[in-house]
Amino acid sequence: MSDVVERTLSALPGLLGQHDPGAGPGGGPGRVSATSRLGGLIRSITALSSKHEEEKLIQQEQTNLKATVSAPTTTLRLMKECMVRLIYCEMLGYESSFGYIHAIKLAQQGNLLEKRVGYLAVSLFLHENHELLLLLVNTVVKDLQSTNLVEVCMALTVVSQIFPREMIPAVLPLIEDKLQHSKEIIRRKAVQALYKFYLIAPNQVQHIHDKFRKALCDRDVGVMAASLHIYLQMIKKNASGYKDLTESFVTILKQVVGGKLPIDFNYHSVPAPWLQIQLLRILGLLGKDDPRTSELMYDVLDESLRRAEINHNITYGLKALTYVIQQDPNLALQHQMTIIECLDHPDPIIKRETLELLYRITNGQNVTVIIQKMLDYLRQSKEEYTIINLTGKIAELAEKYAPDNEWFIQTMNAVFSVGGDVMHPDIPNNFLRLLAEGFDDEKEDEQLRLYAVQSYLSLLEEEDTFYPQKFLQVMSWVLGEYSYLVNDGDPEVIITKLYRLLKQTFVTSETKAWIMSAITKISSRMPCSKTVDKLMQEFSTSLDTCMRQYAFELKHLCENKELMKNLLPLDASCDEIMVDASLSFLDGFVAEGLSCGAAPYKPHHQRQEEKLSQEKALNFEPYGLSFTSSMSSSGFTGRQSPAGLSLGSDVSGNSAEIGQKETNCLKLDSVRKLWGKEGYLPKKETKTGKEDKTQPVPQDSILMGHVVDLPLTQSEQQVVSLSEEDKEKQQLASTLFVGLGSNNTISLMGKADTTPQKFKKKSKISETQNSKETSSFQNIATLPFSPLPDTAPNNKENFQGNEHLGLRKVSLSSSEVLEASVSFDTSQSLTEAVLDEKLSNCRLSASSLFADSNIEVFQPSQSVPDIVANKAPLSLCLPGELADHPHSEIVELCSSDILTMYSCKVWTDDRLLLILFIANKSISPLKTVTLVFESAEHFKIFESLSCHFPVIEAQSMESCQKCVQLEKICTEGILSGSISYHLDTDTHLEFSLTFSLSDFIRPMKITTEDFGKLWLSFSNDVKQNLKMSPSQGSLSVVLNALKEKLKLHIVEIIGNEGIVACQLLPSVPCLLHCRTHARTLALWFRSSCSALPDSLLYQCQKVMEES
Amino acid sequence: MIKFFLMVNKQGQTRLSRYYEHVEIHKRTMLEAEVIKNCLSRSKEQCSFIEYKDFKLVYRQYAALFIVVGINETENEMAVYELIHNFVEVLDRYFSRVIMFNLDRVHIILDEMVLNGCIVETNKNRILAPLFVLDKMAES
Repeated sequence: MSDVVERTLSALPGLLGQHDPGAGPGGGPGRVSATSRLGGLIRSITALSSKHEEEKLIQQEQTNLKATVSAPTTTLRLMKECMVRLIYCEMLGYESSFGYIHAIKLAQQGNLLEKRVGYLAVSLFLHENHELLLLLVNTVVKDLQSTNLVEVCMALTVVSQIFPREMIPAVLPLIEDKLQHSKEIIRRKAVQALYKFYLIAPNQVQHIHDKFRKALCDRDVGVMAASLHIYLQMIKKNASGYKDLTESFVTILKQVVGGKLPIDFNYHSVPAPWLQIQLLRILGLLGKDDPRTSELMYDVLDESLRRAEINHNITYGLKALTYVIQQDPNLALQHQMTIIECLDHPDPIIKRETLELLYRITNGQNVTVIIQKMLDYLRQSKEEYTIINLTGKIAELAEKYAPDNEWFIQTMNAVFSVGGDVMHPDIPNNFLRLLAEGFDDEKEDEQLRLYAVQSYLSLLEEEDTFYPQKFLQVMSWVLGEYSYLVNDGDPEVIITKLYRLLKQTFVTSETKAWIMSAITKISSRMPCSKTVDKLMQEFSTSLDTCMRQYAFELKHLCENKELMKNLLPLDASCDEIMVDASLSFLDGFVAEGLSCGAAPYKPHHQRQEEKLSQEKALNFEPYGLSFTSSMSSSGFTGRQSPAGLSLGSDVSGNSAEIGQKETNCLKLDSVRKLWGKEGYLPKKETKTGKEDKTQPVPQDSILMGHVVDLPLTQSEQQVVSLSEEDKEKQQLASTLFVGLGSNNTISLMGKADTTPQKFKKKSKISETQNSKETSSFQNIATLPFSPLPDTAPNNKENFQGNEHLGLRKVSLSSSEVLEASVSFDTSQSLTEAVLDEKLSNCRLSASSLFADSNIEVFQPSQSVPDIVANKAPLSLCLPGELADHPHSEIVELCSSDILTMYSCKVWTDDRLLLILFIANKSISPLKTVTLVFESAEHFKIFESLSCHFPVIEAQSMESCQKCVQLEKICTEGILSGSISYHLDTDTHLEFSLTFSLSDFIRPMKITTEDFGKLWLSFSNDVKQNLKMSPSQGSLSVVLNALKEKLKLHIVEIIGNEGIVACQLLPSVPCLLHCRTHARTLALWFRSSCSALPDSLLYQCQKVMEES
Repeated sequence: MIKFFLMVNKQGQTRLSRYYEHVEIHKRTMLEAEVIKNCLSRSKEQCSFIEYKDFKLVYRQYAALFIVVGINETENEMAVYELIHNFVEVLDRYFSRVIMFNLDRVHIILDEMVLNGCIVETNKNRILAPLFVLDKMAES
């Protein structure tokens, strides 16, 4: 192939010689005249030296063109030339909208090449929704019906590029006809046009799916290939619907690979490579997570790989290798010298790919070398994405494989100083948590902390050194917590250093808060300090209110050392801090206030409702937000995650109570970051939560029994004749690949055992749970790589012979893993299914729901009748389809001697149905029975407020059905009405029904990811801490109670945190984040509707009280 | 999927641009300037793929001319890399001389090869067939 490239290249300078002024005669037939004017324009623009001149020239050109195209005498031939020049002007960035209409005209009136250029200009100038596009439709319709095949071709081409969606019906039948055309090019282009329609309006082409199949089986390769685009899209959407086609695709691929296509489909003697790729893509989708379907493909995949030309594009090979070693690290051994060379490659992209590869093969023995390489690269790179990515990897590897304390701290120092403020916030958070929580060995912990303190002190020794804010924050925290460990250190010296930082201008106010907090902690352990006095003096007049606040707090605390010591105990960052969320210590104060005549406190929702009912003229809802924030128990309402009371967030709150602040900043076990800025971070979570378990090298699971015997002899033989430089590389190789070879099989089989992990966290989760999670993680980890076709198409051209075997092997074993994971999944989903079933079977009993009406309501409920009593006679039953839905018991609503009315609420998925039964108990028919609801403030009844029965026969029953919707959010409301009937005299009975908010709440089944996204998009939030009674043992008990009573959907429960989603009918979502902590349940609601969280909170409170 | 197809010379002048997703005109020129800057900053030893914003650039240089294709993550880099060369070979077969002044024909060729961001035809004979017919008819 290389000489072909050579030949082409040598031909090109002349071909592409845009500077060649002699261009003109000598072009192909008919290709000269058209070039002249455009050529002139291009040449003069190329000759210009400034942008300004270019603008002037183009303006001139545009003026000329405008005059020419609008002149009636302009010939179509000239018009075509003008269009090409307009295309050129637009290409340079100068809009030429005056020509758009003429492009359409040219397409309409022109002849062949003119027409084609007209269509071309239209497709370049207009976008999908451009209004002028409609004017093209007639021309297209006409050309589609033309007897000239060239015109049909053009029309089909333009339709597959750009066509107004709403006009598809106008051309669709014509294009469908073309599928039967005798010329392959027409059939092919018709399929392409249908592909376009499929993209912009999939349901318009639904009826022609049969014809797609015909196209797939077309005798012409081109037509078949065109249909593959449609199939790829359709299979992407719904792979299971096309499994039956797997064998067809396999057969096609077999024929392509086997060289059965006409010779002109070859590209450099490879048979239709692009077609192969397309087919592999489709097979990849079909075989994904489906070992049985995959089975059908293995042979042909193997064949394609074997025939694939060996092609060396180094990055690409690396990428392939990276994929492969995730399955089998031994393969890296075969290529170690290549990898070493890539490390020194001048191309940073290749270097980065190499590091990515090294990251995968890191173990306890090579970690120092690999991290050194990564740090070297990190120091050179300026790109934010690379820094974020690499710092994360280094931190992860360092934590996992650190050989000793010094190395770990030094490495993390490097990460913090280079990663600075762009790195992921998890890195400092995890680092600090690691320090604070420690490991199983107390002595080790202390040494690590001591070393950290010492290293930071020496870093701060150097004056005028710039450190990133995050690093300074880490330093401040560590110094504040652990500087007491330095025996010979004078706290005064440390405080002086911190004080000096406070005065630096580059230190942000957030960091200053950290520093102040560190100073506060240190000063609690020393009698008095000049520096602290000076600092308090200085900052108590600071213009920065936060700093002033800190200074005052410090001052007060310094005056009461006892309190200060109590408040800031030594090394207590991991101790649970009890927060009395009910503020019971204020009871005395409140009692005093009440006795002095103060008004009793009313919760927010109560105040709001009262206000609403009093002042109907004005709507106060929009102001609900500010109340909300003042209500919330924690001091700040930033758009931060609840769990992310992370180390950075304490400053954003006000620091009225330093104790409160300490909870935020020191309670590190809550730092587990579930919801980050980007939403939910499930992957990160698994990593941070169980670093010690979740190694991204799932070889244990895959390699069992597959450890390929790859002796090192090959590379050893190479050593014989090596230059000095090569020897160095060899040495590097031996350090990098140590622990990977076959002589190290044992470590591969059970790495965790042989290389004891340095920082093994104290495990807080029970062992069984851990192992379960690990296995699930491993399954997940293998999944992305397991469907062989997915990786194969990308890499196929780059594998060398021996790799084929490796990949094949891997693919086989991965399918086993796949199977295992599938079974795992089903067991998982089975339990869930059982749960679901349980839920749907459990009809909410009347006692639970109608208990509501026994509770005091905000409105005086004079008219609430005795609903709970009098169960309905057994003969009452709901119509079949409704009985399947959860519903309340049928209760009596009102009754007279003659008539009894019963009601039943049916909670269907999308609405609340109220079924009313009217029984005529008398022996004579009742006439003109009319049921009328009063219009209520909060509810709306569909379709009408009334229901009319001309006659109800004696001893029989009628029913009517109403759909009730909550118009205005309230926690509870009453709907009243009356029923009148005529029997001798007119009788009038009144009734009323109570609806609670929970009647209108439905589960919202979303995934954790969606939850994360939604959470960030909502602005109305409400937080509240509730006390849990001892019977409400764990979070899951509480959440299940809420789920049952309020029909919420539990999205996920992780440890002591849970997320729940529901929606208010018809579709107002509300999200809930719960966290238990020392017998309190912290609820945090968010919704798109401002009033919903409050009311829902009220409902939750009630459920909590009741259960 | 292919997002755009560009031919830009070393001076940063665009010789051909085709976008498969609507992009505002002024944004196009900005994008093209950045793209060519990225390509020019790379040496011959470096690989032909650049990660750029949320997509990738695949480029090849022919004399003073760069052909740069922007693709998203679902597209195969190598497939596009070879597509560029296939395109150049097609141009080589059709044009005997300067192609720059035949903007319309280059576009017509490209339209046969790439539609809606998909590679639709790579067979050289079939790519050129419609254009040859047009030329023949124009002659007669």
